[in-house]
Amino acid sequence: MSGRAAENGQPVIQVTGLTKRFGDKTVVDGFDMTVPKGAIYGFLGPNGSGKTTTIRMMCGLLTPDAGDGHCLGYDILTESRRIKERVGYMTQRFSLYEDLSIRENLDFMARMYRLDRRRQRVGQALEELGLADRAGQLAGTLSGGWKQRLALAACLLHEPALLLLDEPTAGVDPKARRDFWDEIRGLSDRGVTVLVSTHYMDEAVQCDFIAYIAYGTKLIDAPAAAIPRQVGLATWKVEGPGLAELARTLAGAPGVEQIARFGAELHVSGTDAAALGATAQARAAAGPQRWTRQESGLEEVFIHLMAQSRDNFARDNAAPDGGAAGRRA
Amino acid sequence: MTAAFSFARFLAVLVKEFIQMRRDRVTFAMMIGVPILQLTIFGYAINTDPKHLPTLVESNDDGPITRALLAALENSAYFDFRGTVAGEAEASRALRSGEAIFVVVVPPRFERDLVRGERPAILLSADASDPTATGGAIAALSGIVDGALAASLTGPLQGLAARPPAFQILVHRHYNPAGVTSFNIVPGLLGTILSMTMVMITAIAIVREAERGTMETLIATPVRPAEVMLGKILPYVLVGYVQTSVFLALALTAFGVPFAGSAAAFLVGLNLFIVANLALGFLFSTVARNQMQAMQMSFFYMLPAILLSGFLFPFSGMPGWARAIGIAIPNTHFIRIVREVMLKGAGLSDILPELGALAAIVVVITALAMLRYRQTLD
Ligand SMILES: Nc1ncnc2c1ncn2[C@@H]1O[C@H](COP(=O)(O)OP(=O)(O)OP(=O)(O)O)[C@@H](O)[C@H]1O
Ligand SMILES: [Mg+2]
Repeated sequence: MSGRAAENGQPVIQVTGLTKRFGDKTVVDGFDMTVPKGAIYGFLGPNGSGKTTTIRMMCGLLTPDAGDGHCLGYDILTESRRIKERVGYMTQRFSLYEDLSIRENLDFMARMYRLDRRRQRVGQALEELGLADRAGQLAGTLSGGWKQRLALAACLLHEPALLLLDEPTAGVDPKARRDFWDEIRGLSDRGVTVLVSTHYMDEAVQCDFIAYIAYGTKLIDAPAAAIPRQVGLATWKVEGPGLAELARTLAGAPGVEQIARFGAELHVSGTDAAALGATAQARAAAGPQRWTRQESGLEEVFIHLMAQSRDNFARDNAAPDGGAAGRRA
Repeated sequence: MTAAFSFARFLAVLVKEFIQMRRDRVTFAMMIGVPILQLTIFGYAINTDPKHLPTLVESNDDGPITRALLAALENSAYFDFRGTVAGEAEASRALRSGEAIFVVVVPPRFERDLVRGERPAILLSADASDPTATGGAIAALSGIVDGALAASLTGPLQGLAARPPAFQILVHRHYNPAGVTSFNIVPGLLGTILSMTMVMITAIAIVREAERGTMETLIATPVRPAEVMLGKILPYVLVGYVQTSVFLALALTAFGVPFAGSAAAFLVGLNLFIVANLALGFLFSTVARNQMQAMQMSFFYMLPAILLSGFLFPFSGMPGWARAIGIAIPNTHFIRIVREVMLKGAGLSDILPELGALAAIVVVITALAMLRYRQTLD
């Protein structure tokens, strides 16, 4: 039972052509992915791009309309029950029982996976969470961040070989997020494979690989470090006085596609490096600011990518609403 | 490695449901309170002995025996004489309009015929549309009359008293010829209360998981449909027991309903009925998208369960299509079982056909529910 994949060196997740339609809307379209054992795979994409849907298909919660694949060596179409035994899935929305106490929730999960030494495991999980003295508190009365931490603890109870984490750190404070990622690292070092969706760039940087999805289609899939080069985005850093005024005048200038404020700096990026370079040199000569060419960071890259696919499915969603409003008027 | 049915996971669901049930105080209180409340409210209807019922008299004879008889009726406190009527047309108008529930007609030459030993008939016309209202009075009638006659037929007429009935009383029940007895409301009410809570609460209990999003965690575990279904249903079987106990205790003591038959037969029927309702609730919950819909479906189901099950209207009086629907409703069979067992003293063997019908319904509903239960979020 303990992971056929582990023994013969197969990838932990290998899916091809995954497609999911809701009505006539194709939400995930021909999605391929290969996740090696022990990797931390970041899953990025704008809101509504199909991340949650893809993750749900991988662990058998949704049936794909097309495509197939394996998870931990089990067929995602026919052996989802076996996959479920070895996967820890943390849902995007808190989905433990709010009217059960913290301990009761953990107890429930431990029972569901038929774990031995249940009391001991639950007690240990409570200790590690730092919730041992509040174990009797109803889960629904926890703060948002604590709910996330409880949900993570719950999906780790049965020591899964694969973790599917859907925006696990949304609403979690920076210290807890750091602890959280330390734990993910630790798990990964012990051979646990992690697929994690996130909107935080500082978390994307921590991933070994990143898959970027928009409109249900995967646009990028590469080691995290290789992505900026792959996208081919040139970036100039601007420091000095009057940045707000400069940002206004830069909009629409040749080669400038994106202007992002980073604290006391302005990052000006574009895919046409030559045009952008010319603009930069001209402005550097004309103004008091200091312009420096720099390597594009993941953050610039993803702002760039997301700007291109800003409102995923927004048009599809807007159409019926607009129609209804029209009829009402 | 994956067992077909894991007792541990079933237990997990069971424990969780019990905890949630305990925490949801309002629902819990309602489940226990409903039988008490309903029976108390219906208790007035179950009151088998309503007195002072408006009565009109058409007396075509004026002899002392007639007068003694009418006086005895009035003294019994069941009949409250409100006046007289002349002729059958007037009498039936009074019954129809509700002005009177009874009309007593003493025929002409009643006393003469009585003395001649011709056994004349006194006609008691009753509005039996509400059998609980008239049942007690009608039942008491022969006793009242016997008493009155024993006092009147003295001296030379003593010979008449010795012979069995010197005259007859013809009771004409209008509007409800079957004359369903008042106790009949108990089986129907028990069935209705159980259905109402069992169907609705199970239907809601599962839809709630989907609505709150907890379904996603639940089905992301290796849990099987049977484990979820049994784990969710069993706590409510116990609730059904509690409701039944409360209801029966009240019905037997406060309202004097008899329990003539076999307790074992009753229990078997009760269990089958409860399971049928829970399975039905589970089925609804696999169709409903939110708790509101689950509620509405349960209410919608309650209508035929009340109207076509023989609870309010005699089953045999319904048209064929209505009987066909009624046969498929668990309440129909449960009402018959309880009626047979409690009122007619039936044993297990007497109710086998009804048990068989209930079992068939359970099998069909359960199969449908298991088929409908989604193990995915599709
Ligand atoms: N059950 C469903 N029925 C119909 N449409 C759905 C359903 N679930 C998701 N969708 C649609 O599928 C698309 C992708 O949704 P999904 O939740 O996978 O996006 P996501 O990438 O996880 O977004 P986010 O970053 O906001 O979590 C959205 O347009 C959404 O409206
Ligand atoms: Mg999502």
